[in-house]
Amino acid sequence: MTMCTLYLDRLCNLEEPTMDFRHVKNYLSWLYYQYQIISCCAVLEPWEQSMFNTILLTIFAMVVYTAYVFIPIHVRLAWEFFSKICGYHSTISS
Amino acid sequence: MANPRGSDVCNGSLHNHKEQRDNLKTENCTKNGIVQEIQQNEESQCHYKPLVESFEEAPLHVMVFTYMGYGVGTLFGYFRDFLRSSGIEKCNAAVEREEQKNFVPLYQNFENFYTRNLYMRIRDNWNRPICSAPGAQFDVLERVSDDYNWTFRFTGRVIKDVINMGSYNFLGLASEYDESMRTVKEVLEEYGTGVASTRQEMGTLDKHKELEDLVAKFLNVEAAMVFGMGFATNSMNIPALVGKGCLILSDELNHASLVLGARLSGATIRVFKHNNMQNLEKLLRDAIVYGQPRIRRAWRKILILVEGIYSMEGSIVNLPQIVALKKKYKAYLYMDEAHSIGAVGPTGRGVVEFFGMDPRDVDVLMGTFTKSFGSSGGYIAGRKDLVDYLRVHSHSAVYATSMSPPVAEQIIRSMKFIMGLDGTTQGLQRVQQLAKNTRYFRQRLNKMGFIIYGNEESPVVPLLLYMPAKVAAFARHLLNRKIAVVVVGFPATPLAEARTRFCVSAAHTQEMLDKVLEALDEMGELLQLKYSRKKNSACPELYDETNFELND
Repeated sequence: MTMCTLYLDRLCNLEEPTMDFRHVKNYLSWLYYQYQIISCCAVLEPWEQSMFNTILLTIFAMVVYTAYVFIPIHVRLAWEFFSKICGYHSTISS
Repeated sequence: MANPRGSDVCNGSLHNHKEQRDNLKTENCTKNGIVQEIQQNEESQCHYKPLVESFEEAPLHVMVFTYMGYGVGTLFGYFRDFLRSSGIEKCNAAVEREEQKNFVPLYQNFENFYTRNLYMRIRDNWNRPICSAPGAQFDVLERVSDDYNWTFRFTGRVIKDVINMGSYNFLGLASEYDESMRTVKEVLEEYGTGVASTRQEMGTLDKHKELEDLVAKFLNVEAAMVFGMGFATNSMNIPALVGKGCLILSDELNHASLVLGARLSGATIRVFKHNNMQNLEKLLRDAIVYGQPRIRRAWRKILILVEGIYSMEGSIVNLPQIVALKKKYKAYLYMDEAHSIGAVGPTGRGVVEFFGMDPRDVDVLMGTFTKSFGSSGGYIAGRKDLVDYLRVHSHSAVYATSMSPPVAEQIIRSMKFIMGLDGTTQGLQRVQQLAKNTRYFRQRLNKMGFIIYGNEESPVVPLLLYMPAKVAAFARHLLNRKIAVVVVGFPATPLAEARTRFCVSAAHTQEMLDKVLEALDEMGELLQLKYSRKKNSACPELYDETNFELND
């Protein structure tokens, strides 16, 4: 994961003097620069930046995994729960 | 003289403050004031123009990101402190000695934490050495850091012709030697450089007398006294004017010299909200009704401390209403015109002239010669008995060295230049050029969509940046394009409102301003700084005052 972020750092240049959006690579580079500026990464030293990016990507990956594995199950359980209540309603009223 | 009636302030008229009206200036009468309805008084010669000041709030996401950025910085600060204290990393900051480890800690408070961990990372944007006169363009020494700003070294190269948007050079008088400074050279040859004494011993020269008479004439008051240092003028003279048993009402955003002088005097200090006349009136009424805290006796003196232009906000003091309040409640007014003397007003005489008021209404006029006169030092002007009292009782007169003669001659030359006493109209032209440059600069920045604080006539232009990393990136990118700016961050401004402060000068030509504006436009796009939500609207927002102290 750290190697990944180090490669990413080297790929995208830190200084962004031009802003031509003709190439996707420039636009992505600009977006990465915005992220660095907003989250104060631009003033950190390179190893701190890699550490921060690693932690953030790890958290994001865990969130994605949890969402993928658990949300369908919870949705199905909630649906069953509510349909059981509505089921009671319909049996009582009829 | 503008004649605000006593009932003006009670009717809560700050809402009309911000309505945009047509500019009613004519060339023979450029007096401005505050009323709650449009007044076209046929007998008086004054046309009233309300102040237009804006302090727009940033969108919510900007504040969230700002605090988030500071949060990340703080977390990494704790992490690095841990590494430093556990010895994994070498510590470059100041620490206590080994023998003092169990004493009361010296470096653990928030200021030191902030300096060590946040300020150090972006420290290369401040304290940049320059190597020429601070005119409209100057030379900056190039310096690099190998260990992330703990130490610097000079590469030996000089960055030439950097456009100067940071120096307080409002009329362009801080420049290299030219033929008009010939008198300064003559005075240097005749009097030397040092005075070697205080004012009360042997340090009063005829140059000082000439200068004081000229300052009194410039400001249209009875007398004036000059001091060697502007900061010391405030901090040493306020204790001479007020003491224990007196009350000082000081604006929230006053300069450190005023705060220091007020604290040194020993008087009771109460702070009113910035430029908020309702708050000031409430404090005045409470002071007069309740008197001193425990003994309930009347206050010996009530002194209101304000500034002409506030340097971090660019706002101009609401002088007509303060003078009306002061007359109604019989208080004294001390106005610090450090940034406004020579810079506002049709002939450069300061805020008093800007509003078209009588200088006799302000009890103590104070100012400095650093900003518009290209020199150093300060003055206090007012009635003759006040100035005579200060000559005897001021700490600065007794203990501080008096002003050096070439410095005094430079002020005399500049003042004669501005007043037109040297036979040309160049001084007046420069004052008008400054006003024109200010209006043009502010107007273009507003149209571009930046958030600018302050009054539209003030030559101090703060542009809000908010996020700490943007502050650093902004200053570095602009220096790469050969424009030098001053950015200001936490201790001088609130934590979330970091800004950059431009000082427009009469020496800036149209091309320089256009070059700067173009660079700012690109920076605004690159760093996404254009937060303003009222980009091209014809009428500015009404200032809504939610902290309204109602009078009974």
